[in-house]
Amino acid sequence: MHEMSLAEGVLQVSEDAAQRDRFSKVTAVWLEIGQLAGVEPQAMAFCFDAVTRGSVAEGARLEIVATPGVGWCMACAKSVPMNEVFGECPDCGGYQLQVTGGTELRVKELEVA
Amino acid sequence: MCVTCGCGEGEVKIDGVAGHAHEHVHEDGNQHSHPHPHDHGHDHSHDQGDLHSHAPGVGQTRRVQIEQDILAKNNAYAQANRDKLAERGVFALNLVSSPGAGKTTLLCKTIDLLGSASVAVIEGDQQTSQDADRIRATGAPAIQINTGKGCHLDAHMVGHALQQLQLADGGLLMIENVGNLVCPAAFDLGEANKVVILSVTEGEDKPIKYPDMFRAASLMLLNKVDLLPHLSYDVDAAIAFARRVNPAIRVIQVSATSGQGMDEWLTYLRAGMARTAAARQQTLAVLKARVAALEAQLQQAKA
Repeated sequence: MHEMSLAEGVLQVSEDAAQRDRFSKVTAVWLEIGQLAGVEPQAMAFCFDAVTRGSVAEGARLEIVATPGVGWCMACAKSVPMNEVFGECPDCGGYQLQVTGGTELRVKELEVA
Repeated sequence: MCVTCGCGEGEVKIDGVAGHAHEHVHEDGNQHSHPHPHDHGHDHSHDQGDLHSHAPGVGQTRRVQIEQDILAKNNAYAQANRDKLAERGVFALNLVSSPGAGKTTLLCKTIDLLGSASVAVIEGDQQTSQDADRIRATGAPAIQINTGKGCHLDAHMVGHALQQLQLADGGLLMIENVGNLVCPAAFDLGEANKVVILSVTEGEDKPIKYPDMFRAASLMLLNKVDLLPHLSYDVDAAIAFARRVNPAIRVIQVSATSGQGMDEWLTYLRAGMARTAAARQQTLAVLKARVAALEAQLQQAKA
């Protein structure tokens, strides 16, 4: 969803960092995207290329680090892996799950020159 | 790009005026100077020498730790909006749905029942001021945000709209988001709660087709229930799908046309307004007590 806005956010972070840390070119971006964050990595990569044209991050390599989805099953009282936000508990099959991990949307690191 | 905020919403218009054509002072003036929550307790164990690749055509490269949420900027604006609303004791809701679920009609009906004096509205649409015009016809103040190509409202646009909107202390602010069940889920606007409106003319399984939105909302209004006799809609299934995505979601069945369920909805709104106004009173009482204590201290020092 809204990958274009998010790609603009990544660019903004890169531009702010460029000003702060005095570099003129971003050559790679490490992006942490949770499996349950609702972000399509391919769409993200496409939008990233589009919004970075003519910027400090033009041509930068986008490295997407996927973090797994985790939920707390109320019935089992334990953390279980989740593949979708509407997923069921792999143990009891119930839907009383609260997402506890895998919604990250973070710029982790930049490689700059 | 807005010079003050650094945002790039070139086509955003607020009440027909390009969003940044006017002077504006951000209460959150800090955020341009330190937008990076950098202090993490962990150790950055990067050995600079090892990690540096030398891409062809690029000189010496280095790694910069960022660890910043992509939505951090939006969230900072949202917090500024939230603070402003709390100062005024205004209960704010972010209304989200697909296009045609009946948000605007429900809003107009709500304003009729609640009284236009206590409600203000921010309308989000890609184009036109049709919705704000409909709201203004009820007597309530409304600001229209046109997002241009954008698919959702963000906290920055709402912050600008708040500067222009007449908010009654202790009142209700309804932010009608762009009709879209996908993108608005991720953008906090500074509201107390997101309210998702699902109409019975849509599929029962929308909550699992668009799970992010139903997970982000704390209340689901199942709208147009007056049409149920004419449809083969399974209300229980729709609610079960919503709870599968969000076990804690509250559901109220309403019809803006027949008035069914509006009592329960109004009770929810009044309770939220009372809670927000009480929180403000409490803050004021604490501040007054602090002022009184300082004045007493001053008197003592003078004596």
